[in-house]
Amino acid sequence: MRRVVSLFLPSWPTDRLRRMAAKPPEASAPLVTALPDHGRRVIAAVDAAARQLGIQPGMTVTRARAFAPNLAIVDADPDDDLEGLKRLALWAGRRYSPLVAPDPPDGIWIDITGCAHRYGGEEPLLKDILRRVAASGTTIQLAVADTAGCAHAVAHHVPSGRPTIIAPGKAHAALSILPVSALRIEAGVAEELRRMGFERIEQLIAAPRAPLAKRFGRQLFKRLDQALGQIPEPIEPIFPPTVPRVRRSLLEPIGTAEAFGQVIADLVGDLIPLLVGAGIGVRQLDLLFERVDGQYQVIRVGTASPVRDAAHLAKLLAQKIDTIDPGMGVEAMTLIAALVEPMGPTQRTGLIDSGRRGPDLAALVDALANRFGPDRLYRTQPNASTMPERAIGIVPPLSPAGDAGWDDDSPRPARMIVPPEPIEVIAALPDHPPAMFVWRGKRNRVAQADGPKRLHGEWWREAGHEADMPFAVRDYYQVETISGGRYWIFRLGDGERSTTGPMKWFIHGAFA
Amino acid sequence: MREPPALAQLRAQIAEIEGVAARHAHLAFGVEAIDALLPGSGIAAGALHEVAGSRELADDAAATVFLAGILSRFEGPVFWCLRYRDLFAPALHLAGLHPDRVIFVETASDTHVLTAMEECLRHPGLAGVVGELGKVGLTSSRRLQLAAETSGTPAFLFRRASDPDKRTEGSAAVTRWRVRAAPSEQLGIPSLGRPRWELALERARGGDPHLWIVEGCDAQGRIALPAQLADRPAAQDGRQAA
Repeated sequence: MRRVVSLFLPSWPTDRLRRMAAKPPEASAPLVTALPDHGRRVIAAVDAAARQLGIQPGMTVTRARAFAPNLAIVDADPDDDLEGLKRLALWAGRRYSPLVAPDPPDGIWIDITGCAHRYGGEEPLLKDILRRVAASGTTIQLAVADTAGCAHAVAHHVPSGRPTIIAPGKAHAALSILPVSALRIEAGVAEELRRMGFERIEQLIAAPRAPLAKRFGRQLFKRLDQALGQIPEPIEPIFPPTVPRVRRSLLEPIGTAEAFGQVIADLVGDLIPLLVGAGIGVRQLDLLFERVDGQYQVIRVGTASPVRDAAHLAKLLAQKIDTIDPGMGVEAMTLIAALVEPMGPTQRTGLIDSGRRGPDLAALVDALANRFGPDRLYRTQPNASTMPERAIGIVPPLSPAGDAGWDDDSPRPARMIVPPEPIEVIAALPDHPPAMFVWRGKRNRVAQADGPKRLHGEWWREAGHEADMPFAVRDYYQVETISGGRYWIFRLGDGERSTTGPMKWFIHGAFA
Repeated sequence: MREPPALAQLRAQIAEIEGVAARHAHLAFGVEAIDALLPGSGIAAGALHEVAGSRELADDAAATVFLAGILSRFEGPVFWCLRYRDLFAPALHLAGLHPDRVIFVETASDTHVLTAMEECLRHPGLAGVVGELGKVGLTSSRRLQLAAETSGTPAFLFRRASDPDKRTEGSAAVTRWRVRAAPSEQLGIPSLGRPRWELALERARGGDPHLWIVEGCDAQGRIALPAQLADRPAAQDGRQAA
């Protein structure tokens, strides 16, 4: 299912000016841009403050001044605005999905089909966009839907500080309740429709088409059908001008995995010399499939370290072929080295295999990372922390080996119970090891024990347990049950003063 | 006509360079009583093995360290595929498996663990691949066995929380082990001695089931037989179900 995000930046020109100016116009003063129009100056864009005062685009400057005497007016520069929009789109392209396009004058599209899983779902992905764009001082509204038209309509007409998610298949319902002006039609047409009694889009859907089409032209229903997903509306993606990119147009549309594999091999073969020439390796690769119906499909793979090994790259791409829906066929494919890093000529380029016998870890790590997500692969390293659950640092799988080891004296359970589970204990306070404990309804008689070992540190506050109580002491015991099972249990508090903890017992792990 | 020794030596060398020899390599436990019962007198590289603890967490912990001990004595990086993050990495170090050698792959389900294992097993030169999962079908285990044979990498299915009383469905693993915690020696002081395990070889292709009481891994990953305990055949133990 296609999923398109529409970003609506209602005060894009003024936000951009504020961000770019070395000495920004005072934040409190309303800021507008103006364009010459038949000898007058007309407001082109307004910021939030000006809008609140009632100033609107299309007003003359003279009239606007009447609303706000301290109005700051800057000459509008639509070309610059568009350039800025393109740069924003390219940024989103690197970060979220290669299928991005500016949606002038004040928005961008991002086709996130098949990308959301890398952020743990659509909502985290959209929140990430919202947070980052808002942090740059740009007012933003955004929505995601099955079609570009629907996302656009919702983003522009649902003012909200949060992303609006139109669930798959719900485009029709979402559009129904929006006003007809949401359809990206000329203002005059929308106004006339409204006068004819068409307030909301559902009325338009229900109305007989022929008379309306005759009066307003086919454009109106084209927009409606696009928004409803009844006719395709591809977004024409833009690419950074400088990155290595190769494209192959195919003589006839293809749709089989074997054919894709062949083209991938050809494209990678075309790309490698460009990389070698520039002394760079690929960190991220986008493969674009242009379908006969004008839709784009995309595969994005990442690598843990710069790569320009043809076989490696081709394999990573080929692994994801099954995510592509070829539809009626694919007529062109483009391979884009979206992210590159310098790579010395000494490293192997795929032409000379050094014949070493060691495993090609980078290739394996990339293959797994592209299948399961890069954060699912990790190595561990000691982390300086008094508390055992925080003694493990997570590092990327190919990071250089750390020389520090864990302290050999501290006990190390092989299996942790996170967070620790409360248990019932029979023990003589304060220093004796428990004689018996009940965990998950099972009694365990303790045969022998080791401890206590006292650990000082903060209570595991981030887990949300009793966050306001700064317990400082845990007394740990290693116990062996009658049957030989070894467990790690601790008492919160030193057993004497209640300020150090509530004397509750927990089980935290199992030893070999 | 007999082959000249030089030629045979050359063949062996080529076989070793090509990695063919690794397919037949075996890693001995260094405990004669155990190795004698294993075909090839050790854990076969290039084969699938099954290791289980029990529903008791302490038994799964023992199985974890048992595995770490074996892997620490193979050479190369280890891929450890798990479903959730309850493995405490420093414990592997205790059995000689340095954390720098282990790459964890955290996947969400049994199916993904199997996929990840198979991907890893396509790469030669690893010390081993471990997959923690609950259930595995015969077909999946056959695929893993084939992949392990091809790459010469030892593969270990770590059955988490597996019930020892339940009959497990068949799998293509060449050996099936069960590790359970056993009472350790009473030292008479408030301190714990070296852990002891009840190590059961529940199934071995070309070998017989057996059960030993062993002492847990030392810093080199070696297990040992306790001095005063003799091993006994599996049939005499009531709990054993081969």
